[in-house]
Amino acid sequence: MEKFVLVENIGMSFKTPRGTFVALKDINLSISEGEFVTLIGHSGCGKSTLLNLVAGLTEPTAGVLICAGREIAGPGPDRGVVFQNHSLLPWLTCAENIYLAVERVFGASENRAQLKARTLKALDLVQLGHAADKRPNEISGGMKQRVGIARALSIEPKVLLLDEPFGALDALTRAHLQDELLKIVAKTRSTVLMVTHDVDEAVLLSDRIVMMTNGPAATIGDIVSVDLARPRDRLALVKDAGYHQLRGRVLEFLYQKQLRPAA
Amino acid sequence: MTATILKHEKFGATPPAAATAVAVAPAAPAASDDAPPVRRHVPLVEKYGDEIAGFFRAVIPVVFGLAMFVAIWAMLSAHSTLPGPLKTLHSAIAIFSDPFYRKGPNDQGIGWNILMSLGRVGIGFGMAALIGIPLGFMIGRFRFLARMTSPIISLLRPVSPLAWLPIGLLVFKAANPAAIWVIFISSIWPMIVNTAVGVREVPQDYLNVAKVLNLSEWKVFTRILFPAALPFVLTGIRLSIGVAWLVIVAAEMLTGGVGIGFWVWDEWNNLNVEHIIIAIFVVGIVGLLLEQMLMLIARRFEYR
Repeated sequence: MEKFVLVENIGMSFKTPRGTFVALKDINLSISEGEFVTLIGHSGCGKSTLLNLVAGLTEPTAGVLICAGREIAGPGPDRGVVFQNHSLLPWLTCAENIYLAVERVFGASENRAQLKARTLKALDLVQLGHAADKRPNEISGGMKQRVGIARALSIEPKVLLLDEPFGALDALTRAHLQDELLKIVAKTRSTVLMVTHDVDEAVLLSDRIVMMTNGPAATIGDIVSVDLARPRDRLALVKDAGYHQLRGRVLEFLYQKQLRPAA
Repeated sequence: MTATILKHEKFGATPPAAATAVAVAPAAPAASDDAPPVRRHVPLVEKYGDEIAGFFRAVIPVVFGLAMFVAIWAMLSAHSTLPGPLKTLHSAIAIFSDPFYRKGPNDQGIGWNILMSLGRVGIGFGMAALIGIPLGFMIGRFRFLARMTSPIISLLRPVSPLAWLPIGLLVFKAANPAAIWVIFISSIWPMIVNTAVGVREVPQDYLNVAKVLNLSEWKVFTRILFPAALPFVLTGIRLSIGVAWLVIVAAEMLTGGVGIGFWVWDEWNNLNVEHIIIAIFVVGIVGLLLEQMLMLIARRFEYR
């Protein structure tokens, strides 16, 4: 479906003691069903703000947001969010964290056994069936982030929203989770909007890369279509000329057109 | 409610069980082997050296401190009418050999006095918890309520506990409920304030999870607010019970009846100073035990 997620003329400004601060201006973006779109830009450019708007956690000061034909009026389980800092509840086990989400969405129509089956299925999807009874503080950062992804996917959202999900992880774990996310998305055919500041991650995962200009009044600077064949393989891409060309385009945008003095 | 159910049923509990079975299996034949076990004499100091050293490091200063306390006390008592440690000890043994006697309303064993005081503290503190903790939750959750109650709380919190006693006597027209009332009103504030802070300090990340999932207010409370605020609530309870136990002696001195505070006053009227010193120790030890008990409970709810 074309225009599955629609962002129309979105503007976002905040009132500060020193007057109005315009964070986002004139943002127009449409995402098709099953598409993987990443938002990339320098920190502070408002890419997370845009994601929060799609999540419904904040309301725009101008424009309309539409998801699956309905206006986004607030947060809801049709959009699964993976937060940068995993946001698992430390007093619940991994399984209970997911169960909380599953119960909310499917609790009215399914019995407890079915809900538990869904919980375990989501954990298996991220290969963490063995950690079901562990508390978040008993597992590694990468595993926590995987549980976060499992929680977001367990509710079968129409759109998966990822806010720099691997930003806090070390490079090796990050690469591992990127590969896993590629497989999961291929399997679930999810529509994904992801915020990142990692160029390689953006090229590896996305169908399209939305590059944002620097704030204030940030907007979309350019969009790059990533026409690399799927399934993608990290090692094969290293020798792929197309991969390097795309990477070069994103880097050029970030470090030539939008370069700004080190903050 | 479902979380507790989940805990008992345990997701995928089989793998760890299987793992231990594997680990145990090879050890069994080795044990049945007839080979004489190699015995090497390990001196206790070598084996438990660190533990022993640690024990002494912890205990010696305490013993030293207590010894110094007793020495100063003995010295002071030698030059004044204050009863010395030995005299007090003999008196304490006499008192504690028959803690539960009853010889009329004003002469009962130390056990009864302690229990009556604990009972008053229990009722007053219990009612304070019953009202203070839910109130704290609401104040923490709803900003309007916080602004509404904040001037009243700020005004009433610093009031000396005993200033409430006449109000209690006036309203209840009896000494015992008045004492309970004083405990109630003086121990409610730490619980309200700490609970409210705990709820307000719940990390935004957790609340975002609730928002994204559109959890019901009940689920938000049971799954997020309550567990997140629980350590703060327990701190409030600990402070409250400390205040309650602090205030009971003073309240009972004024209201009379059976209780450790009244006992202190009664023994003062009898000029039995040993008993007053014993009472001071009893109040201190019971307070310490209450505090330790709550610390123990609080430690069970630490997540990190």
